[in-house]
Amino acid sequence: MKIMVAIKRVVDYAVKIRVKPDKTGVVTQNVKMSMNPFCEIALEEALRIREAGLASEVVAVSMGSSHSVDTLRTGLAMGADRGIHVEYSASLYPLSVAKILRKLIEIEKPGLLILGKQAIDDDCNQTGQMIAGLLNWPQATFASKVVLDKEKQVATVDREVDDGIETVCLNLPAVITTDLRLNQPRYATLPNIMKAKSKPIKKFTPEELNVEIKSDLEIVQVTEPPKRKAGVIVSSVDELFDKLKHEANVI
Amino acid sequence: MATRVLLGAIKKRTVSFPAFPGPSIYRHGSTLVVVEHEGGVIKPPSLSALAAATCLPDPDSSVSVLLAGSGSSLHQAASHAASCHPSISKVLVADSDKLKNPLAEPWAKLVHLVQQSGGYSHIIAAANSFGKNVMPRVAALLDVSPITDVTGISDSNTFVRPIYAGNALCTVRYTGANPCILTIRSTSFPVPQKSVDSKSNEASISQVDLSTFDEDLSKSRYISQTSQDNERPDLGNARVVVTGGRALKSAENFKLIEEIAKRLGGAVGATRAAVDAGFVPNDLQVGQTGKIVAPELYMAFGVSGAIQHLAGMRDSKVIVAVNNDADAPIFQIADYGLVGDLFEVIPKLLEKLPEKK
Repeated sequence: MKIMVAIKRVVDYAVKIRVKPDKTGVVTQNVKMSMNPFCEIALEEALRIREAGLASEVVAVSMGSSHSVDTLRTGLAMGADRGIHVEYSASLYPLSVAKILRKLIEIEKPGLLILGKQAIDDDCNQTGQMIAGLLNWPQATFASKVVLDKEKQVATVDREVDDGIETVCLNLPAVITTDLRLNQPRYATLPNIMKAKSKPIKKFTPEELNVEIKSDLEIVQVTEPPKRKAGVIVSSVDELFDKLKHEANVI
Repeated sequence: MATRVLLGAIKKRTVSFPAFPGPSIYRHGSTLVVVEHEGGVIKPPSLSALAAATCLPDPDSSVSVLLAGSGSSLHQAASHAASCHPSISKVLVADSDKLKNPLAEPWAKLVHLVQQSGGYSHIIAAANSFGKNVMPRVAALLDVSPITDVTGISDSNTFVRPIYAGNALCTVRYTGANPCILTIRSTSFPVPQKSVDSKSNEASISQVDLSTFDEDLSKSRYISQTSQDNERPDLGNARVVVTGGRALKSAENFKLIEEIAKRLGGAVGATRAAVDAGFVPNDLQVGQTGKIVAPELYMAFGVSGAIQHLAGMRDSKVIVAVNNDADAPIFQIADYGLVGDLFEVIPKLLEKLPEKK
């Protein structure tokens, strides 16, 4: 079985972002970019499944500008066997990403597609669910544990839901999106980074895949959230208690 | 700035529901709200979704409610939905064993089916684990882009949603075909304490025709759910939230946080570090990837204030931080900060807080 993993290049999670003065978006020039943390977890899970002998190959896919190739290389250095890059310079919304993924899945025919539960830039939390819907595959979102049964061709997945953990069982092929607690992603070692340079990356454009990118959303503006007024540092528990009781009236 | 003013206005409007006399004209095809129910009543996040639906500024829009499941609690919940809000004109009930559990596959098919016969302009659900799981799948089936985690409604096609862990607000306009699919952030659409004279205009309840509902259930099966026994108020709706971070050091010490929460009648929250260290279960995590809260009072003990945590609580009314590191980022957004060792501060605080009966 082949596993496909979708990875996204985003502004590094530790960067304090700045909104552009013209309100068209967020400054991404000269800002540290990294693989989306949830995508790292997705890739790690695929690698572990392969290492357990339950999958033969892990294919990493990324879409976006030519810089996305760097992110793919990181994925290859972690251990993915090969990469696919779909080049598109403008921003892609989840619906388009899902449509491109559908085409790639028709070509590659993986038995499992793993994605992060959300990208930390747009915070959409949509792509996995949408591709599952387009393919009519079952989905398990927010996974914190995945157990594959190769014989029965099913995946049993623990999902992090609002009030605890829910367990579902899916027939393969299926779509899984990862939550933070699924695993601890590995670091790419230097020898593996070197090796990754010779791993193949296939290139496509949306036109070649016959996917029409049309968007039904437009960004009107991006603004900073309202600032909170400055707070005070109190010197003792007594003062804190007093302020909460008589100034803020919350206890 | 304009957005902010607008947002403020919208928020205000949500709080004080205009006392509609009830929709006089039923316009076929308006807003559908997909709700969850439990124990015969609509769950609080779904009530927020209903509140959001009534914010859509279309004067003669009507709101239909869809709920599904089986058994007597479904029908109890249906009558609760019917008298929930005066602008609800129709309650659709899908009674099927296939919809007993919150699986995305049958639910997405159901909403798709209901949309095909209802032709709604908007479909709304709460941005909780159910809504996030189901609604994007529905959108894909209908070939439209969904808009998730909406915090403000400017007009029927323009919405505000936070991006980059809440460090920017993005206003998006939906230009696609019907329906416009939204999930809403519950804390941004508060539910009024008591809805206006509800009995006088109860909505009609009708069954969804499921004769063409052929969802093949073999593809995914619900196995079980382990939920934490929680006698504390629900984290998402609590008036007070008391949160502990890694500095608590152990699950045993976390009981101190629980004790403060208990005495304030609040809910317990945690940072990712505290959950990963096994102090508390994952469903207490507050942040970008956990729960989003906006209580009256948020008390953070031993929480540094990473971007990802702030994303989940920055809209709290009053924020209190106790940390021994005076440079911790949490102090930049706290209304009241106390630099000190939480193992000294908490016992003193407990002395001052009266025992709750």
